[in-house]
Amino acid sequence: MKKIQTIIRKEWSEVFKNRMVLFTVAFLPLLLTAIPLGIIYATSSSAEFAGASSEIPGEINAFCPSDFSGGDCFQVFIVSQFMIMFMIIPLAIPASISSYSIVGEKVNRSLEPLLATPITTTELLIGKSLAAIIPALAATWIGFTIFILGTWIIIANPEIIGYFLDGRWLIAIFVIGPLMALSAVSFSIIISSRVNDPRVAEQVSMIIILPVLAAFFGQMAGIITLNITFMLASVIVLALVDAVLVFFSIRLFQRETIITRWK
Amino acid sequence: MITTQNLTKRFDQITAVENLTLEIPEGEVFGFLGPNGAGKTTTVRMLTSLISPTSGSATVNGHAIGERDIDIRRSVGLLTETPGWYDNLSAERNLEIYASLYEVEDIKGQVGKYLRFLGLWERRLDVTATFSKGMKQKLAIARALLHEPRTVFLDEPTAALDPEASRLVREFILEIKQQGRTIFICTHNLDEAERLCDRIAVFKTRLLVLDSPANLRRQVFGRKVVFHLLQADQALVEKIIQLPQVTEAKLIDHKIVATIDDPEKHNPEIIRLLVSEGADVQFVGELRRSLEDVYLQLVKNA
Ligand SMILES: Nc1ncnc2c1ncn2[C@@H]1O[C@H](COP(=O)(O)OP(=O)(O)OP(=O)(O)O)[C@@H](O)[C@H]1O
Ligand SMILES: [Mg+2]
Repeated sequence: MKKIQTIIRKEWSEVFKNRMVLFTVAFLPLLLTAIPLGIIYATSSSAEFAGASSEIPGEINAFCPSDFSGGDCFQVFIVSQFMIMFMIIPLAIPASISSYSIVGEKVNRSLEPLLATPITTTELLIGKSLAAIIPALAATWIGFTIFILGTWIIIANPEIIGYFLDGRWLIAIFVIGPLMALSAVSFSIIISSRVNDPRVAEQVSMIIILPVLAAFFGQMAGIITLNITFMLASVIVLALVDAVLVFFSIRLFQRETIITRWK
Repeated sequence: MITTQNLTKRFDQITAVENLTLEIPEGEVFGFLGPNGAGKTTTVRMLTSLISPTSGSATVNGHAIGERDIDIRRSVGLLTETPGWYDNLSAERNLEIYASLYEVEDIKGQVGKYLRFLGLWERRLDVTATFSKGMKQKLAIARALLHEPRTVFLDEPTAALDPEASRLVREFILEIKQQGRTIFICTHNLDEAERLCDRIAVFKTRLLVLDSPANLRRQVFGRKVVFHLLQADQALVEKIIQLPQVTEAKLIDHKIVATIDDPEKHNPEIIRLLVSEGADVQFVGELRRSLEDVYLQLVKNA
Protein backbone atom coordinates (compact mmCIF):
# COMPACT_ATOMS: atom_id res chain seq x y z
CA MET A 1 0.00 0.00 0.00
CA LYS A 2 2.75 2.39 0.99
CA LYS A 3 4.67 1.62 -2.18
CA ILE A 4 1.59 2.35 -4.28
CA GLN A 5 1.31 5.72 -2.55
CA THR A 6 4.98 6.40 -3.18
CA ILE A 7 4.51 5.66 -6.87
CA ILE A 8 1.41 7.86 -7.13
CA ARG A 9 3.12 10.79 -5.43
CA LYS A 10 6.20 10.32 -7.56
CA GLU A 11 4.15 10.27 -10.77
CA TRP A 12 2.33 13.42 -9.81
CA SER A 13 5.40 15.37 -8.80
CA GLU A 14 6.99 14.37 -12.10
CA VAL A 15 4.28 14.34 -14.67
CA PHE A 16 2.62 17.62 -13.68
CA LYS A 17 5.88 19.38 -14.41
CA ASN A 18 5.21 18.55 -18.04
CA ARG A 19 3.42 21.28 -19.98
CA MET A 20 1.64 18.92 -22.36
CA VAL A 21 0.19 16.89 -19.51
CA LEU A 22 -0.72 20.00 -17.57
CA PHE A 23 -2.53 21.35 -20.59
CA THR A 24 -4.61 18.19 -20.98
CA VAL A 25 -5.37 17.94 -17.26
CA ALA A 26 -6.21 21.60 -16.67
CA PHE A 27 -7.39 23.16 -19.93
CA LEU A 28 -9.36 20.36 -21.50
CA PRO A 29 -11.90 20.13 -18.62
CA LEU A 30 -12.00 23.92 -18.42
CA LEU A 31 -12.75 24.19 -22.12
CA LEU A 32 -15.30 21.40 -22.18
CA THR A 33 -17.12 22.88 -19.19
CA ALA A 34 -16.99 26.47 -20.35
CA ILE A 35 -18.27 25.90 -23.90
CA PRO A 36 -21.65 24.30 -23.02
CA LEU A 37 -22.11 26.84 -20.23
CA GLY A 38 -21.42 29.61 -22.74
CA ILE A 39 -23.99 28.16 -25.12
CA ILE A 40 -26.60 27.92 -22.41
CA TYR A 41 -25.87 31.49 -21.42
CA ALA A 42 -26.08 32.75 -25.00
CA THR A 43 -29.27 30.89 -25.88
CA SER A 44 -31.11 31.65 -22.65
CA SER A 45 -30.44 35.38 -22.87
CA SER A 46 -31.48 35.74 -26.49
CA ALA A 47 -35.23 36.11 -27.03
CA GLU A 48 -35.25 34.56 -30.49
CA PHE A 49 -35.06 31.09 -29.05
CA ALA A 50 -37.80 31.63 -26.50
CA GLY A 51 -40.81 30.32 -28.35
CA ALA A 52 -39.39 29.47 -31.73
CA SER A 53 -40.44 25.86 -31.67
CA SER A 54 -41.49 25.92 -35.33
CA GLU A 55 -37.93 26.68 -36.43
CA ILE A 56 -36.41 23.83 -34.46
CA PRO A 57 -35.89 20.75 -36.64
CA GLY A 58 -38.02 17.73 -35.92
CA GLU A 59 -35.14 15.51 -34.76
CA ILE A 60 -34.34 17.94 -32.04
CA ASN A 61 -37.90 18.26 -30.89
CA ALA A 62 -38.18 14.52 -30.83
CA PHE A 63 -35.18 14.52 -28.55
CA CYS A 64 -36.99 16.22 -25.64
CA PRO A 65 -39.96 15.47 -23.46
CA SER A 66 -43.05 16.82 -25.24
CA ASP A 67 -43.75 19.50 -22.67
CA PHE A 68 -40.43 21.29 -23.33
CA SER A 69 -40.61 24.51 -25.31
CA GLY A 70 -38.62 24.71 -28.53
CA GLY A 71 -35.99 26.91 -26.91
CA ASP A 72 -35.61 24.63 -23.90
CA CYS A 73 -35.35 21.70 -26.21
CA PHE A 74 -32.65 23.33 -28.30
CA GLN A 75 -30.67 24.05 -25.17
CA VAL A 76 -31.05 20.50 -23.97
CA PHE A 77 -29.94 19.18 -27.34
CA ILE A 78 -26.86 21.37 -27.66
CA VAL A 79 -25.82 20.68 -24.12
CA SER A 80 -26.31 16.94 -24.56
CA GLN A 81 -24.02 17.13 -27.56
CA PHE A 82 -21.37 18.79 -25.48
CA MET A 83 -21.92 16.39 -22.65
CA ILE A 84 -20.79 13.66 -25.00
CA MET A 85 -17.69 15.69 -25.73
CA PHE A 86 -17.28 15.99 -21.99
CA MET A 87 -16.60 12.25 -21.89
CA ILE A 88 -13.31 12.96 -23.66
CA ILE A 89 -11.98 14.07 -20.28
CA PRO A 90 -11.85 10.64 -18.58
CA LEU A 91 -10.16 9.28 -21.72
CA ALA A 92 -7.69 11.99 -22.63
CA ILE A 93 -6.30 12.72 -19.17
CA PRO A 94 -5.31 9.13 -18.28
CA ALA A 95 -3.93 8.56 -21.77
CA SER A 96 -1.78 11.65 -21.49
CA ILE A 97 -0.56 11.03 -17.93
CA SER A 98 0.23 7.37 -18.38
CA SER A 99 2.00 7.90 -21.71
CA TYR A 100 4.35 10.35 -20.07
CA SER A 101 4.68 8.32 -16.91
CA ILE A 102 5.62 5.09 -18.68
CA VAL A 103 7.54 6.25 -21.73
CA GLY A 104 9.13 8.84 -19.42
CA GLU A 105 10.62 5.95 -17.41
CA LYS A 106 11.97 4.48 -20.63
CA VAL A 107 13.54 7.76 -21.69
CA ASN A 108 15.09 8.20 -18.24
CA ARG A 109 16.14 4.54 -18.19
CA SER A 110 14.73 4.36 -14.72
CA LEU A 111 12.69 1.17 -15.17
CA GLU A 112 15.53 -1.15 -14.25
CA PRO A 113 16.47 0.51 -10.94
CA LEU A 114 12.77 0.83 -10.20
CA LEU A 115 12.13 -2.86 -10.85
CA ALA A 116 15.18 -3.77 -8.77
CA THR A 117 13.41 -2.49 -5.64
CA PRO A 118 11.16 -4.82 -3.63
CA ILE A 119 8.03 -3.45 -5.36
CA THR A 120 5.81 -5.99 -7.14
CA THR A 121 4.82 -5.30 -10.74
CA THR A 122 1.19 -5.35 -9.59
CA GLU A 123 1.87 -2.56 -7.10
CA LEU A 124 3.71 -0.61 -9.76
CA LEU A 125 0.94 -1.08 -12.30
CA ILE A 126 -1.75 -0.10 -9.77
CA GLY A 127 0.27 2.93 -8.68
CA LYS A 128 0.78 4.12 -12.23
CA SER A 129 -2.83 3.49 -13.18
CA LEU A 130 -4.23 5.29 -10.15
CA ALA A 131 -1.87 8.19 -10.74
CA ALA A 132 -3.55 8.60 -14.13
CA ILE A 133 -7.14 7.71 -13.21
CA ILE A 134 -7.51 9.82 -10.05
CA PRO A 135 -6.83 13.20 -11.73
CA ALA A 136 -9.06 12.16 -14.64
CA LEU A 137 -12.02 11.37 -12.42
CA ALA A 138 -11.40 14.41 -10.25
CA ALA A 139 -11.44 16.62 -13.35
CA THR A 140 -14.53 14.89 -14.74
CA TRP A 141 -16.49 15.17 -11.52
CA ILE A 142 -15.38 18.70 -10.68
CA GLY A 143 -16.13 19.77 -14.27
CA PHE A 144 -19.56 18.15 -14.10
CA THR A 145 -20.33 19.81 -10.75
CA ILE A 146 -19.30 23.21 -12.09
CA PHE A 147 -21.45 22.61 -15.12
CA ILE A 148 -24.53 21.74 -13.06
CA LEU A 149 -23.99 24.72 -10.75
CA GLY A 150 -23.43 27.02 -13.71
CA THR A 151 -26.57 25.81 -15.48
CA TRP A 152 -28.49 26.29 -12.26
CA ILE A 153 -27.35 29.87 -12.02
CA ILE A 154 -27.97 30.68 -15.69
CA ILE A 155 -31.33 29.08 -16.42
CA ALA A 156 -32.80 28.26 -13.04
CA ASN A 157 -35.22 25.85 -14.73
CA PRO A 158 -35.50 22.76 -12.55
CA GLU A 159 -36.90 20.74 -15.46
CA ILE A 160 -33.81 21.28 -17.61
CA ILE A 161 -31.50 20.73 -14.64
CA GLY A 162 -33.41 17.57 -13.82
CA TYR A 163 -32.82 16.46 -17.38
CA PHE A 164 -29.05 16.79 -16.95
CA LEU A 165 -29.11 15.02 -13.65
CA ASP A 166 -31.16 12.07 -14.79
CA GLY A 167 -29.96 8.47 -14.71
CA ARG A 168 -28.23 8.60 -18.09
CA TRP A 169 -25.79 11.28 -17.14
CA LEU A 170 -25.20 9.87 -13.71
CA ILE A 171 -24.31 6.56 -15.37
CA ALA A 172 -22.10 8.41 -17.83
CA ILE A 173 -20.23 10.37 -15.20
CA PHE A 174 -19.97 7.81 -12.42
CA VAL A 175 -19.84 4.48 -14.27
CA ILE A 176 -18.79 5.08 -17.85
CA GLY A 177 -16.23 7.72 -16.79
CA PRO A 178 -14.22 5.38 -14.53
CA LEU A 179 -14.50 2.52 -17.04
CA MET A 180 -13.23 4.83 -19.76
CA ALA A 181 -10.35 6.01 -17.59
CA LEU A 182 -9.32 2.41 -16.97
CA SER A 183 -9.47 1.55 -20.66
CA ALA A 184 -7.43 4.64 -21.55
CA VAL A 185 -4.71 3.75 -19.02
CA SER A 186 -4.49 0.12 -20.12
CA PHE A 187 -4.46 1.12 -23.75
CA SER A 188 -1.69 3.63 -23.29
CA ILE A 189 0.36 1.10 -21.27
CA ILE A 190 0.13 -1.25 -24.25
CA ILE A 191 1.13 1.55 -26.63
CA SER A 192 3.87 2.79 -24.31
CA SER A 193 5.55 -0.60 -24.23
CA ARG A 194 6.25 -0.24 -27.98
CA VAL A 195 7.10 3.42 -28.30
CA ASN A 196 10.08 5.49 -27.21
CA ASP A 197 8.75 9.01 -27.47
CA PRO A 198 6.16 10.10 -24.92
CA ARG A 199 4.56 12.49 -27.42
CA VAL A 200 4.08 9.67 -29.91
CA ALA A 201 2.67 7.45 -27.16
CA GLU A 202 0.27 10.20 -26.18
CA GLN A 203 -0.88 10.85 -29.74
CA VAL A 204 -1.38 7.18 -30.53
CA SER A 205 -3.18 6.60 -27.23
CA MET A 206 -5.58 9.37 -28.14
CA ILE A 207 -7.14 7.02 -30.72
CA ILE A 208 -9.16 5.89 -27.73
CA ILE A 209 -11.30 9.03 -27.89
CA LEU A 210 -12.61 8.12 -31.38
CA PRO A 211 -15.69 6.23 -30.09
CA VAL A 212 -16.72 9.37 -28.20
CA LEU A 213 -16.44 11.43 -31.37
CA ALA A 214 -18.45 8.75 -33.18
CA ALA A 215 -21.18 9.04 -30.53
CA PHE A 216 -21.08 12.83 -30.89
CA PHE A 217 -21.66 12.77 -34.63
CA GLY A 218 -23.97 9.78 -34.36
CA GLN A 219 -26.32 11.69 -32.13
CA MET A 220 -26.02 14.85 -34.20
CA ALA A 221 -26.99 12.88 -37.31
CA GLY A 222 -29.83 11.26 -35.43
CA ILE A 223 -28.38 7.76 -35.88
CA ILE A 224 -28.13 7.07 -32.18
CA THR A 225 -30.07 8.39 -29.24
CA LEU A 226 -28.44 8.51 -25.86
CA ASN A 227 -31.22 6.79 -24.00
CA ILE A 228 -30.83 4.57 -20.98
CA THR A 229 -30.53 1.44 -23.15
CA PHE A 230 -27.65 2.96 -25.09
CA MET A 231 -25.96 3.92 -21.81
CA LEU A 232 -26.31 0.45 -20.28
CA ALA A 233 -25.09 -1.15 -23.50
CA SER A 234 -22.07 1.17 -23.40
CA VAL A 235 -21.35 0.08 -19.84
CA ILE A 236 -21.35 -3.58 -20.85
CA VAL A 237 -19.21 -3.04 -23.95
CA LEU A 238 -16.76 -0.89 -22.01
CA ALA A 239 -16.48 -3.45 -19.23
CA LEU A 240 -15.60 -6.10 -21.80
CA VAL A 241 -13.11 -3.82 -23.56
CA ASP A 242 -11.56 -3.04 -20.17
CA ALA A 243 -11.22 -6.71 -19.33
CA VAL A 244 -9.35 -7.34 -22.59
CA LEU A 245 -7.12 -4.25 -22.31
CA VAL A 246 -6.30 -4.89 -18.65
CA PHE A 247 -5.46 -8.51 -19.45
CA PHE A 248 -2.98 -7.48 -22.15
CA SER A 249 -1.49 -4.64 -20.15
CA ILE A 250 -0.84 -6.98 -17.21
CA ARG A 251 0.75 -9.50 -19.57
CA LEU A 252 3.08 -6.82 -20.90
CA PHE A 253 3.81 -5.47 -17.46
CA GLN A 254 5.99 -8.34 -16.24
CA ARG A 255 9.41 -7.62 -14.83
CA GLU A 256 11.30 -9.77 -17.33
CA THR A 257 9.27 -8.51 -20.28
CA ILE A 258 9.89 -4.90 -19.32
CA ILE A 259 13.63 -5.46 -18.88
CA THR A 260 14.23 -7.55 -21.97
CA ARG A 261 11.50 -6.75 -24.50
CA TRP A 262 10.44 -3.14 -24.00
CA LYS A 263 12.52 -1.27 -26.50
CA MET B 1 27.14 -14.71 -0.10
CA ILE B 2 26.31 -15.74 -3.65
CA THR B 3 26.24 -19.24 -5.08
CA THR B 4 25.32 -20.30 -8.59
CA GLN B 5 24.91 -23.77 -10.05
CA ASN B 6 25.05 -24.16 -13.84
CA LEU B 7 23.30 -20.85 -14.26
CA THR B 8 22.27 -20.46 -17.92
CA LYS B 9 20.37 -17.81 -19.82
CA ARG B 10 19.32 -18.02 -23.45
CA PHE B 11 17.57 -15.32 -25.46
CA ASP B 12 15.93 -16.90 -28.49
CA GLN B 13 19.04 -18.07 -30.39
CA ILE B 14 21.69 -16.31 -28.30
CA THR B 15 23.18 -18.00 -25.25
CA ALA B 16 24.21 -15.11 -23.02
CA VAL B 17 25.36 -17.12 -19.98
CA GLU B 18 26.18 -20.82 -19.97
CA ASN B 19 26.64 -23.14 -16.99
CA LEU B 20 28.02 -20.54 -14.63
CA THR B 21 28.98 -22.08 -11.30
CA LEU B 22 30.36 -19.75 -8.65
CA GLU B 23 30.69 -19.39 -4.93
CA ILE B 24 31.32 -15.93 -3.55
CA PRO B 25 31.75 -15.80 0.23
CA GLU B 26 30.32 -13.06 2.44
CA GLY B 27 32.46 -9.93 2.42
CA GLU B 28 34.37 -10.67 -0.78
CA VAL B 29 34.91 -8.09 -3.49
CA PHE B 30 34.40 -10.09 -6.65
CA GLY B 31 35.40 -8.84 -10.08
CA PHE B 32 33.41 -10.06 -13.06
CA LEU B 33 35.49 -9.29 -16.09
CA GLY B 34 34.51 -9.80 -19.69
CA PRO B 35 34.32 -8.11 -23.09
CA ASN B 36 31.18 -6.44 -24.48
CA GLY B 37 28.37 -8.92 -24.82
CA ALA B 38 30.04 -11.43 -22.50
CA GLY B 39 26.86 -11.75 -20.44
CA LYS B 40 27.86 -9.72 -17.38
CA THR B 41 24.73 -7.61 -17.20
CA THR B 42 22.60 -10.67 -17.89
CA THR B 43 24.25 -12.47 -14.96
CA VAL B 44 23.67 -9.52 -12.64
CA ARG B 45 20.05 -9.30 -13.74
CA MET B 46 19.53 -12.96 -12.91
CA LEU B 47 21.19 -12.57 -9.53
CA THR B 48 19.05 -9.54 -8.66
CA SER B 49 15.94 -11.48 -9.80
CA LEU B 50 15.11 -9.05 -12.58
CA ILE B 51 15.09 -11.86 -15.12
CA SER B 52 14.85 -15.60 -14.60
CA PRO B 53 17.47 -18.12 -15.71
CA THR B 54 16.68 -20.56 -18.51
CA SER B 55 18.19 -23.29 -16.37
CA GLY B 56 20.38 -23.71 -13.33
CA SER B 57 19.95 -22.18 -9.91
CA ALA B 58 21.44 -19.56 -7.65
CA THR B 59 21.15 -18.21 -4.14
CA VAL B 60 21.85 -14.68 -3.01
CA ASN B 61 22.17 -13.99 0.72
CA GLY B 62 20.64 -17.42 1.27
CA HIS B 63 17.54 -16.77 -0.86
CA ALA B 64 16.96 -18.87 -3.97
CA ILE B 65 16.32 -16.89 -7.14
CA GLY B 66 12.90 -17.56 -8.62
CA GLU B 67 11.54 -18.47 -5.19
CA ARG B 68 12.28 -15.64 -2.79
CA ASP B 69 12.61 -12.81 -5.28
CA ILE B 70 11.26 -10.06 -3.03
CA ASP B 71 13.66 -11.12 -0.25
CA ILE B 72 16.53 -11.02 -2.73
CA ARG B 73 15.60 -7.54 -3.88
CA ARG B 74 15.34 -6.39 -0.28
CA SER B 75 18.79 -7.67 0.57
CA VAL B 76 20.74 -6.51 -2.48
CA GLY B 77 21.67 -3.14 -3.91
CA LEU B 78 22.08 -2.69 -7.65
CA LEU B 79 23.98 -0.08 -9.58
CA THR B 80 22.57 -0.48 -13.07
CA GLU B 81 24.58 0.12 -16.24
CA THR B 82 22.84 3.48 -16.75
CA PRO B 83 21.93 5.39 -13.59
CA GLY B 84 18.31 6.27 -14.56
CA TRP B 85 17.06 9.29 -12.64
CA TYR B 86 13.83 11.26 -12.66
CA ASP B 87 15.61 14.23 -14.11
CA ASN B 88 13.11 16.92 -13.21
CA LEU B 89 13.12 15.95 -9.53
CA SER B 90 15.79 16.91 -7.03
CA ALA B 91 18.55 14.50 -6.03
CA GLU B 92 17.09 14.29 -2.56
CA ARG B 93 13.55 13.61 -3.78
CA ASN B 94 14.85 10.93 -6.15
CA LEU B 95 16.63 9.15 -3.31
CA GLU B 96 13.63 9.52 -1.00
CA ILE B 97 11.44 7.76 -3.55
CA TYR B 98 13.84 4.84 -3.70
CA ALA B 99 14.32 4.78 0.07
CA SER B 100 10.59 4.46 0.45
CA LEU B 101 10.39 1.67 -2.15
CA TYR B 102 13.26 -0.10 -0.36
CA GLU B 103 11.22 0.04 2.86
CA VAL B 104 13.78 2.20 4.65
CA GLU B 105 12.46 3.32 8.05
CA ASP B 106 14.45 6.49 8.54
CA ILE B 107 14.19 7.89 5.03
CA LYS B 108 15.50 11.41 5.76
CA GLY B 109 18.34 10.00 7.84
CA GLN B 110 19.56 7.45 5.29
CA VAL B 111 19.20 9.81 2.34
CA GLY B 112 21.09 12.53 4.22
CA LYS B 113 23.79 10.10 5.31
CA TYR B 114 24.57 8.94 1.79
CA LEU B 115 24.27 12.39 0.22
CA ARG B 116 26.91 13.58 2.68
CA PHE B 117 29.01 10.45 2.27
CA LEU B 118 29.24 11.02 -1.47
CA GLY B 119 29.74 14.77 -1.21
CA LEU B 120 26.40 15.63 -2.83
CA TRP B 121 24.74 17.20 0.21
CA GLU B 122 25.19 20.77 -1.03
CA ARG B 123 23.54 19.88 -4.33
CA ARG B 124 20.69 17.85 -2.85
CA LEU B 125 17.97 20.31 -3.86
CA ASP B 126 19.11 20.59 -7.48
CA VAL B 127 17.26 18.57 -10.09
CA THR B 128 19.36 15.65 -11.36
CA ALA B 129 19.15 17.05 -14.91
CA THR B 130 21.81 19.54 -13.82
CA PHE B 131 24.13 16.81 -12.54
CA SER B 132 27.29 15.70 -14.32
CA LYS B 133 27.69 12.05 -15.32
CA GLY B 134 29.95 11.42 -12.36
CA MET B 135 27.50 12.97 -9.93
CA LYS B 136 24.65 10.92 -11.31
CA GLN B 137 26.77 7.82 -10.98
CA LYS B 138 27.66 8.58 -7.38
CA LEU B 139 24.03 9.25 -6.64
CA ALA B 140 23.22 5.85 -8.16
CA ILE B 141 25.74 4.21 -5.84
CA ALA B 142 24.01 5.96 -2.96
CA ARG B 143 20.72 4.54 -4.17
CA ALA B 144 22.19 1.04 -4.17
CA LEU B 145 23.15 1.44 -0.49
CA LEU B 146 20.17 3.29 1.03
CA HIS B 147 18.70 0.13 2.53
CA GLU B 148 22.11 -1.09 3.77
CA PRO B 149 22.08 -4.25 1.63
CA ARG B 150 24.38 -7.15 2.48
CA THR B 151 25.28 -7.65 -1.16
CA VAL B 152 25.91 -4.92 -3.70
CA PHE B 153 26.04 -5.40 -7.47
CA LEU B 154 27.90 -2.71 -9.37
CA ASP B 155 27.56 -2.97 -13.15
CA GLU B 156 30.49 -1.00 -14.58
CA PRO B 157 30.71 1.52 -11.76
CA THR B 158 33.34 3.72 -13.40
CA ALA B 159 32.49 3.35 -17.08
CA ALA B 160 32.04 6.77 -18.68
CA LEU B 161 33.62 8.58 -15.76
CA ASP B 162 36.67 10.80 -15.99
CA PRO B 163 39.79 9.69 -14.08
CA GLU B 164 39.03 11.85 -11.09
CA ALA B 165 35.45 10.73 -10.75
CA SER B 166 36.58 7.13 -11.25
CA ARG B 167 39.03 7.53 -8.43
CA LEU B 168 36.34 8.90 -6.15
CA VAL B 169 34.06 6.00 -6.97
CA ARG B 170 36.85 3.48 -6.40
CA GLU B 171 37.71 4.99 -3.05
CA PHE B 172 34.09 4.80 -2.15
CA ILE B 173 33.94 1.13 -3.11
CA LEU B 174 36.92 0.47 -0.86
CA GLU B 175 35.09 2.20 1.96
CA ILE B 176 31.96 0.13 1.61
CA LYS B 177 34.18 -2.94 1.42
CA GLN B 178 35.34 -2.11 4.96
CA GLN B 179 31.74 -2.49 6.08
CA GLY B 180 31.89 -6.21 5.28
CA ARG B 181 29.47 -6.21 2.38
CA THR B 182 29.78 -8.65 -0.48
CA ILE B 183 30.47 -6.63 -3.62
CA PHE B 184 30.06 -7.96 -7.15
CA ILE B 185 31.66 -5.65 -9.72
CA CYS B 186 31.25 -5.98 -13.47
CA THR B 187 33.97 -4.17 -15.32
CA HIS B 188 36.14 -3.90 -18.41
CA ASN B 189 38.69 -1.99 -16.44
CA LEU B 190 41.42 -4.38 -15.49
CA ASP B 191 43.47 -2.03 -13.38
CA GLU B 192 40.39 -1.29 -11.42
CA ALA B 193 39.53 -4.95 -10.95
CA GLU B 194 43.05 -5.60 -9.76
CA ARG B 195 42.99 -2.74 -7.27
CA LEU B 196 39.57 -3.47 -5.84
CA CYS B 197 38.91 -7.17 -6.07
CA ASP B 198 39.85 -10.13 -3.92
CA ARG B 199 39.14 -12.47 -6.80
CA ILE B 200 38.54 -11.98 -10.48
CA ALA B 201 36.50 -14.12 -12.83
CA VAL B 202 37.23 -13.76 -16.51
CA PHE B 203 34.03 -14.52 -18.28
CA LYS B 204 32.79 -14.77 -21.82
CA THR B 205 29.48 -16.59 -21.87
CA ARG B 206 31.30 -19.25 -19.86
CA LEU B 207 33.62 -18.90 -16.89
CA LEU B 208 37.20 -18.90 -18.23
CA VAL B 209 39.24 -18.50 -15.05
CA LEU B 210 38.67 -17.52 -11.48
CA ASP B 211 41.50 -16.52 -9.18
CA SER B 212 43.17 -13.74 -7.25
CA PRO B 213 44.60 -10.99 -9.47
CA ALA B 214 48.21 -11.99 -8.64
CA ASN B 215 47.66 -15.69 -9.31
CA LEU B 216 45.83 -14.90 -12.47
CA ARG B 217 48.81 -13.10 -13.88
CA ARG B 218 51.21 -15.83 -12.84
CA GLN B 219 49.01 -18.64 -14.04
CA VAL B 220 48.89 -17.41 -17.59
CA PHE B 221 52.33 -15.98 -18.14
CA GLY B 222 54.62 -17.31 -15.44
CA ARG B 223 56.78 -14.54 -14.06
CA LYS B 224 59.23 -12.51 -16.02
CA VAL B 225 62.52 -11.19 -14.72
CA VAL B 226 64.61 -8.56 -16.46
CA PHE B 227 68.39 -8.60 -16.11
CA HIS B 228 69.95 -5.29 -17.10
CA LEU B 229 73.52 -5.93 -18.20
CA LEU B 230 76.29 -3.55 -19.29
CA GLN B 231 76.86 -5.80 -22.30
CA ALA B 232 74.87 -8.78 -23.42
CA ASP B 233 74.81 -11.09 -26.41
CA GLN B 234 72.85 -14.04 -27.73
CA ALA B 235 75.45 -16.54 -26.45
CA LEU B 236 74.65 -15.48 -22.91
CA VAL B 237 70.93 -15.97 -23.56
CA GLU B 238 71.59 -19.50 -24.85
CA LYS B 239 73.42 -20.30 -21.63
CA ILE B 240 70.54 -19.11 -19.50
CA ILE B 241 67.98 -21.07 -21.45
CA GLN B 242 69.90 -24.21 -20.58
CA LEU B 243 68.85 -23.82 -16.95
CA PRO B 244 65.82 -26.01 -16.13
CA GLN B 245 64.07 -23.27 -14.12
CA VAL B 246 64.04 -20.93 -17.08
CA THR B 247 61.26 -21.57 -19.55
CA GLU B 248 62.03 -18.74 -21.93
CA ALA B 249 64.65 -16.03 -22.40
CA LYS B 250 65.05 -13.20 -24.89
CA LEU B 251 67.61 -10.53 -25.60
CA ILE B 252 66.30 -6.98 -25.83
CA ASP B 253 69.06 -4.39 -26.21
CA HIS B 254 71.30 -5.01 -23.23
CA LYS B 255 68.56 -6.68 -21.29
CA ILE B 256 67.75 -10.33 -20.92
CA VAL B 257 64.09 -11.03 -20.21
CA ALA B 258 63.58 -14.50 -18.74
CA THR B 259 60.45 -16.37 -17.71
CA ILE B 260 61.16 -18.07 -14.42
CA ASP B 261 58.91 -20.31 -12.31
CA ASP B 262 60.06 -19.13 -8.93
CA PRO B 263 62.25 -16.04 -9.19
CA GLU B 264 62.78 -15.69 -5.44
CA LYS B 265 64.49 -19.07 -5.43
CA HIS B 266 66.19 -19.14 -8.82
CA ASN B 267 67.37 -15.57 -9.43
CA PRO B 268 70.54 -15.94 -7.29
CA GLU B 269 71.62 -18.94 -9.37
CA ILE B 270 71.07 -17.11 -12.59
CA ILE B 271 72.94 -14.06 -11.37
CA ARG B 272 75.85 -16.27 -10.33
CA LEU B 273 75.89 -17.81 -13.79
CA LEU B 274 75.82 -14.40 -15.46
CA VAL B 275 78.67 -13.14 -13.27
CA SER B 276 80.72 -16.25 -13.93
CA GLU B 277 80.22 -15.67 -17.65
CA GLY B 278 81.72 -12.24 -17.17
CA ALA B 279 78.55 -10.16 -17.46
CA ASP B 280 78.23 -6.90 -15.51
CA VAL B 281 74.79 -7.03 -13.84
CA GLN B 282 73.41 -3.53 -13.34
CA PHE B 283 69.83 -4.18 -12.17
CA VAL B 284 67.52 -7.12 -11.70
CA GLY B 285 63.79 -6.62 -11.56
CA GLU B 286 60.49 -8.31 -12.14
CA LEU B 287 58.60 -7.37 -15.28
CA ARG B 288 55.04 -6.83 -14.18
CA ARG B 289 52.78 -7.74 -17.00
CA SER B 290 49.56 -5.82 -16.87
CA LEU B 291 46.51 -7.83 -16.16
CA GLU B 292 45.23 -6.54 -19.45
CA ASP B 293 47.62 -8.83 -21.28
CA VAL B 294 46.38 -11.78 -19.27
CA TYR B 295 42.84 -10.87 -19.94
CA LEU B 296 43.25 -10.27 -23.66
CA GLN B 297 45.01 -13.58 -24.03
CA LEU B 298 42.28 -15.43 -22.15
CA VAL B 299 39.48 -13.82 -24.08
CA LYS B 300 41.25 -14.35 -27.40
CA ASN B 301 41.64 -18.04 -26.69
CA ALA B 302 38.05 -18.48 -25.53
N1 LIG C 1 16.90 -8.61 -24.00
C1 LIG C 1 17.74 -9.29 -24.76
N2 LIG C 1 17.28 -9.92 -25.86
C2 LIG C 1 18.12 -10.63 -26.65
N3 LIG C 1 19.44 -10.75 -26.42
C3 LIG C 1 19.96 -10.14 -25.35
C4 LIG C 1 19.14 -9.38 -24.46
N4 LIG C 1 19.93 -8.89 -23.47
C5 LIG C 1 21.18 -9.32 -23.74
N5 LIG C 1 21.20 -10.07 -24.87
C6 LIG C 1 22.38 -10.70 -25.47
O1 LIG C 1 23.06 -11.42 -24.47
C7 LIG C 1 24.46 -11.26 -24.61
C8 LIG C 1 25.03 -10.72 -23.31
O2 LIG C 1 24.61 -9.39 -23.10
P1 LIG C 1 24.99 -8.60 -21.79
O3 LIG C 1 24.30 -7.29 -21.85
O4 LIG C 1 24.72 -9.44 -20.61
O5 LIG C 1 26.54 -8.40 -21.95
P2 LIG C 1 27.57 -7.55 -21.08
O6 LIG C 1 28.64 -8.46 -20.69
O7 LIG C 1 26.86 -6.84 -20.00
O8 LIG C 1 28.11 -6.52 -22.14
P3 LIG C 1 28.57 -5.00 -21.99
O9 LIG C 1 29.97 -5.03 -21.55
O10 LIG C 1 28.45 -4.47 -23.37
O11 LIG C 1 27.64 -4.35 -21.03
C9 LIG C 1 24.67 -10.34 -25.80
O12 LIG C 1 24.94 -11.14 -26.93
C10 LIG C 1 23.36 -9.65 -25.97
O13 LIG C 1 23.13 -9.32 -27.30
MG1 LIG D 1 26.65 -4.91 -19.49
